[in-house]
Amino acid sequence: MAEKFDAIVVGAGPSGNAAAYTMAKAGLKVLQLERGEYPGSKNVQGAILYSDALEKIIPDFRDDAPLERHIIEQRMWVLDDESYVGSNYRSDDFNKPPYNRYTIIRAQFDKWFSEKVQEAGAMLICETTVSDLLMDGKRVIGVQTDRLGGSIYADIVILADGVNSLLATKAGFHPELEPKNVALAVKEIHFMPQETVEARFNVNGDAGVVIEMAGKITKGMMGTGFLYTNKESLTIGVGCMLSDLKQQKITPYQLLEEMKAHPSIAPILEGGEMKEYTAHLIPEGGYKAIPELCGDGWMIVGDSGMFVNAMHREGSNLAMTTGCFAAETVIELAAEQKPFTAKNLARYREKLNESFVIKDLKKYKNMPDVFHANPQFFTTYPEMLNQAAHKMLRVDGIDKKTKEKQIMANFKQRRSLFGLMGDAYKLWRAFE
Amino acid sequence: MSTNVKVEEKLFQNRYRVDAGRPHIQIKDEELCASECETQQCTVCCPAGCYTLEGNGRVVLITDGCLECGTCRIICNDHRNVAWEYPRGGYGVLFKFG
Ligand SMILES: Cc1cc2nc3c(=O)[nH]c(=O)nc-3n(C[C@H](O)[C@H](O)[C@H](O)COP(=O)(O)OP(=O)(O)OC[C@H]3O[C@@H](n4cnc5c(N)ncnc54)[C@H](O)[C@@H]3O)c2cc1C
Ligand code: SF4
Repeated sequence: MAEKFDAIVVGAGPSGNAAAYTMAKAGLKVLQLERGEYPGSKNVQGAILYSDALEKIIPDFRDDAPLERHIIEQRMWVLDDESYVGSNYRSDDFNKPPYNRYTIIRAQFDKWFSEKVQEAGAMLICETTVSDLLMDGKRVIGVQTDRLGGSIYADIVILADGVNSLLATKAGFHPELEPKNVALAVKEIHFMPQETVEARFNVNGDAGVVIEMAGKITKGMMGTGFLYTNKESLTIGVGCMLSDLKQQKITPYQLLEEMKAHPSIAPILEGGEMKEYTAHLIPEGGYKAIPELCGDGWMIVGDSGMFVNAMHREGSNLAMTTGCFAAETVIELAAEQKPFTAKNLARYREKLNESFVIKDLKKYKNMPDVFHANPQFFTTYPEMLNQAAHKMLRVDGIDKKTKEKQIMANFKQRRSLFGLMGDAYKLWRAFE
Repeated sequence: MSTNVKVEEKLFQNRYRVDAGRPHIQIKDEELCASECETQQCTVCCPAGCYTLEGNGRVVLITDGCLECGTCRIICNDHRNVAWEYPRGGYGVLFKFG
């Protein structure tokens, strides 16, 4: 079979769907290949969907997309072994349509998005793993799949194949991932009656709450935990950098189990029925780890290109946005009848540079280094913060001034004043 | 903490279509795991417990419960002793929720 397409998209996650949708809508002949039984069957997310990126592609997505709850409250918890210090942001403004963010269930969401892609005219073939890229010298001219027998050709191949981009690695487009640039997240979904979810989080209707967590739940590893409300289920998970996990004796599932047993978390999950356990990598290397993004006949979008903002837990929106930019580049070049050479495709990189995608990743480019070099952010500080709160809040006949002095002395003892100031400075510099 | 958990109990909730007799991940050189690798972290880091450490220091891999995360491939960066591929199209873990 020597069928030829204008474009082949590998993968039907948010980046691949955005790319295929945009190109098909513009009238290009698009083939999309997905290794899962259906789009989403291999994919894992927290999962918060930021509306903005999707709205730009499908403005009326709210009419029929499978959305769980729109988020009206974000909580941030810093956990010690037995307690947490937290902050909440709840806003009525967040509670007014059109909503800014939703929780979703990826297997359902990806399936829905993929239907839109097919309606737009792209051809999707599932249960098909792309095993190799077909090359003519340095130029990608198509793909080799594990089942169609023959090869499939296209003018451009867009790699939307996620964090484990074997294809890009095999082709030498980027080196193998390094443990310090990826986090492993493990996650469970717990079902319980809708009323229980709403009562436990003080919400009603379609409103929902998300809790982001840091502190001793990761046992000193660089990482975070999360607990999100769905319609009639809760999602709970924890993720740590592989470079840290490599030094540890605790298994990822044990880490999750101990997190679930935390006295602040266990009551929230109580009575729920665990129905799935998943694991997935997150490319958190940031700006400095972004690989080459295009070459003759190929482009990389989404997780495969390290497009995740770990500080703000944004990934699916960067995936969709990068998918769109890649597609727009193809559409423009096709209209101008220019070939898909590395030089012409560099327009994709320009689009990225001008957008929030690269601007945000650049802003936090030093963040991974700061956290790697300063594990106290995940051990000593959460403990100190919780102890300080405990001391101040306990009414026991000791005056507050004395308590403040004790807290300060404890801080200095645990970490010198210079250390504290240095850390504050480092953090500020990284954010700046 | 009395939270010891068997990973099998978790994996039991998942849906799989196992490609019998065609494991998608393989240890390239079993001898190397036993003789050269000091920490054998695959036996700790795999979220599906696919790698087990035998009494004689050997590492045994059974991929049936694999979640296809890629961790084992990446943490074995000192020895690069894991041959890692995706399962054939349609096989492997099939997430209902993700
Ligand atoms: C636990 C967790 C929590 C997260 N939370 C959030 C969050 O709350 N909000 C957010 O915005 N982001 C979040 N992210 C990040 C987000 O999930 C990713 O950034 C996003 O899914 C990337 O989309 P993608 O299309 O690039 O890749 P993927 O979604 O991974 O899709 C890649 C697709 O390609 C397919 N594929 C791969 N190789 C081949 C091949 N050779 N042949 C055929 N098909 C192939 C796969 O089956 C898959 O369908 C989270 C990630 C994780 C793991
Ligand atoms: S890919 Fe992930 S789940 Fe599968 S064997 Fe490797 S570490 Fe374990």
